[in-house]
Amino acid sequence: MPNEAHIIALAGNPNVGKSTVFNALTGLRQHTGNWPGKTVAAARGDLTYGGERFTLVDLPGTYSLFPNSAEEEIARDYLCSGEAEAVLILADATCLERSLNLVLQTLEAADVPAVVCVNLLDEAAKKGIVLDLPALSRALGVPVVGTSASRGEGLDELRAALAAAVREKPRRRELAIEYPRAVERAVRVLEPALAPFARERSRFYALRLLEDDALFFARFGAELPALAAERIRDGCARARAELGELTGDALRDALVGALSDRATALVRLCEQRDETAAQRRDRRLDRLLTSRATGIPVMLALFGAILWLTVEGANVPSQLLSRALFSAQEPLRGLLAFLPPFWSGALVDGMYRTLAWVVSVMLPPMAIFFPLFTLLEDVGYLPRVAFVLDRCFARAGAHGRQSLTMCMGLGCNACGVTGCRIIDSPRERLIAMLTNSLVPCNGRFPLLITLLSVFFSGGAMLGASAGLLAALVLSVCVTLLVSRLLSVTLLRGESSAFSLELPPYRRPRVGQVLVRSLLDRTVFVLGRAVTVAAPAGLLIYLLGNCTVGDTTLLAHGAAALDPLGRALGLDGMILLAFLLGFPANEIVLPILLMGYSSAGTLVDGASLAELRAMLLANGWTGTTALCMLLFSLFHFPCGTTTLTLARESKSLKWTLVGVILPTAVGMTVCFAAHLAATWLKI
Amino acid sequence: MQMTLDALPVGALAVVTALRSTGAQRRRMLDLGFVPGSRVRALHVSPWSDPVAYGVRGAVIALRREDAGGVQIEML
Repeated sequence: MPNEAHIIALAGNPNVGKSTVFNALTGLRQHTGNWPGKTVAAARGDLTYGGERFTLVDLPGTYSLFPNSAEEEIARDYLCSGEAEAVLILADATCLERSLNLVLQTLEAADVPAVVCVNLLDEAAKKGIVLDLPALSRALGVPVVGTSASRGEGLDELRAALAAAVREKPRRRELAIEYPRAVERAVRVLEPALAPFARERSRFYALRLLEDDALFFARFGAELPALAAERIRDGCARARAELGELTGDALRDALVGALSDRATALVRLCEQRDETAAQRRDRRLDRLLTSRATGIPVMLALFGAILWLTVEGANVPSQLLSRALFSAQEPLRGLLAFLPPFWSGALVDGMYRTLAWVVSVMLPPMAIFFPLFTLLEDVGYLPRVAFVLDRCFARAGAHGRQSLTMCMGLGCNACGVTGCRIIDSPRERLIAMLTNSLVPCNGRFPLLITLLSVFFSGGAMLGASAGLLAALVLSVCVTLLVSRLLSVTLLRGESSAFSLELPPYRRPRVGQVLVRSLLDRTVFVLGRAVTVAAPAGLLIYLLGNCTVGDTTLLAHGAAALDPLGRALGLDGMILLAFLLGFPANEIVLPILLMGYSSAGTLVDGASLAELRAMLLANGWTGTTALCMLLFSLFHFPCGTTTLTLARESKSLKWTLVGVILPTAVGMTVCFAAHLAATWLKI
Repeated sequence: MQMTLDALPVGALAVVTALRSTGAQRRRMLDLGFVPGSRVRALHVSPWSDPVAYGVRGAVIALRREDAGGVQIEML
């Protein structure tokens, strides 16, 4: 049909810039979702070229098509489904030999026209790699286009190649991997039985059948008429006879070996490589960042620097925002003068003030922290963090990648929990999910910074960031301890194999990261402020101004929680603030301040000294501040995180554990701190 | 001299001769590039001596000692 979009599948290894190519080709015309029945993300995008429409289906990044994991299953099933009219396979110019593994497998699996795109040519050039792509194209029998997608180079040729591929008539591929003779004989025996079912793909299916027939029948058994299935089983038995001793692992080795030998041969044909200054620099950088003497200090310094920049940099913008937003307060009150005073008070002093407070306090730190952290990620440093800390996690019975999920949790715990998908083993993934909220998210930073500034550093910003770093280190230690606890009690089991790729260091696209991250975060914070902070502010105002008997509802709640609070070194109002702050961590402090203030509303533009005075007037001591700091680090996850936990774990039991566990940790730690402080008469 | 990858000193070059792991783990190792016949070099070590980063087939892959112990090599 001439007007329907041509569907093209996009396959490739992880880390080869597939998303960059996908985004460059499809721009904003993307739809995302999930693959049916799976939790793996799916994306489709549209592009137009030469008057024709194309839809690009982004397959999950995989190293091969053997179904080791859900991603590989999805990729292989899609390629065999016949929905795509053509397939675009992405390879990494800096790592061609390994990329060719998937290229060769995909060419074997898909019987539609294919185009190979060799991306990251600019990175390869820096590594002294020169590729003869026409030679590769001749050897593979398919068009090969070179690109540097992040620079926008080669994309036009790519679009042209895709358009040409779709017009091409499917033909028998010239390239055929030559397997050991026994395997070839076995395949020839099996192909006729498969031909009516698989047609052009009988060779591919024959190979897969030989590799694992149980899997094959599980996948296709239902579609085969009984007679055909019988004939195939028969063929299988005779094929196995041809293979003789070549079974199980030996057979798999032979199949993979043939593919990898072919890849090696192809690379030798078209690649020239000099170990360059760039690679030597990467190795030197790695030695600096991961050695015994400097690895940990550098990590602490980098994180400390980011925290310091966040704390220091957020100061002035916060004040400016606060001044600007609060200056709109009275005009707003004027606008709402037609309402009865109680309600205009509720909307202005309750809802608007809280909104203004949260935005001015939350936005600047987030707008600084996220871009900085993304830069660090862009450079390629985070895998080095996982590399350095892996041993700690191994000893705790957890997975090395948990350090990466914890880094994500620093930004937002819900993102951290979702990010645990990078851990394959269910046991270790659960450990990472359940402990993620022990790492303070950005929403808790303002609270921590305020407490540290008011009570522990005499207002000096350097002291506050050092304190924040210390809090972070404490979080990591507690996470490791709790992980260890989990792995010897509720989540006992084997440590899974751990492998981690350390990609080459890349120059971060500073401008792009800063702008995108900044806009992203601004929208997010504003959205959250409107949907969570504003209604919460209104609610708290009502609770703080509606009385039952002779005390407000808020005071009633605080009184009820007071005994428990005191035992933990806190007080009832603090506990109430945490409970009411369940929807989002950033509203805990405003709720607390509103609860303490006699007017049941936020004191606007309070200086640190005034804040300190108010807290002391409400019975606070240094211990209270310490305990609140500790409880803020270790308590139940926020609403979004809890929902994410439920969605990711698909189990009520584990969601409950995820809520109770951090709370229990927090209560224990606070109780102990309070006890120690009383005992030491601080 | 036959040995396993975890014993390869930093900076030394070797050739992979065999893999002791089986099933999915084996396939994962093969996919990462630890194919018999490939050259592998131990590049650098984490502060706690575990994991170790290996250069293989143009990529840098970090493996824990116990997983590296499943790769048989011959030093060059």
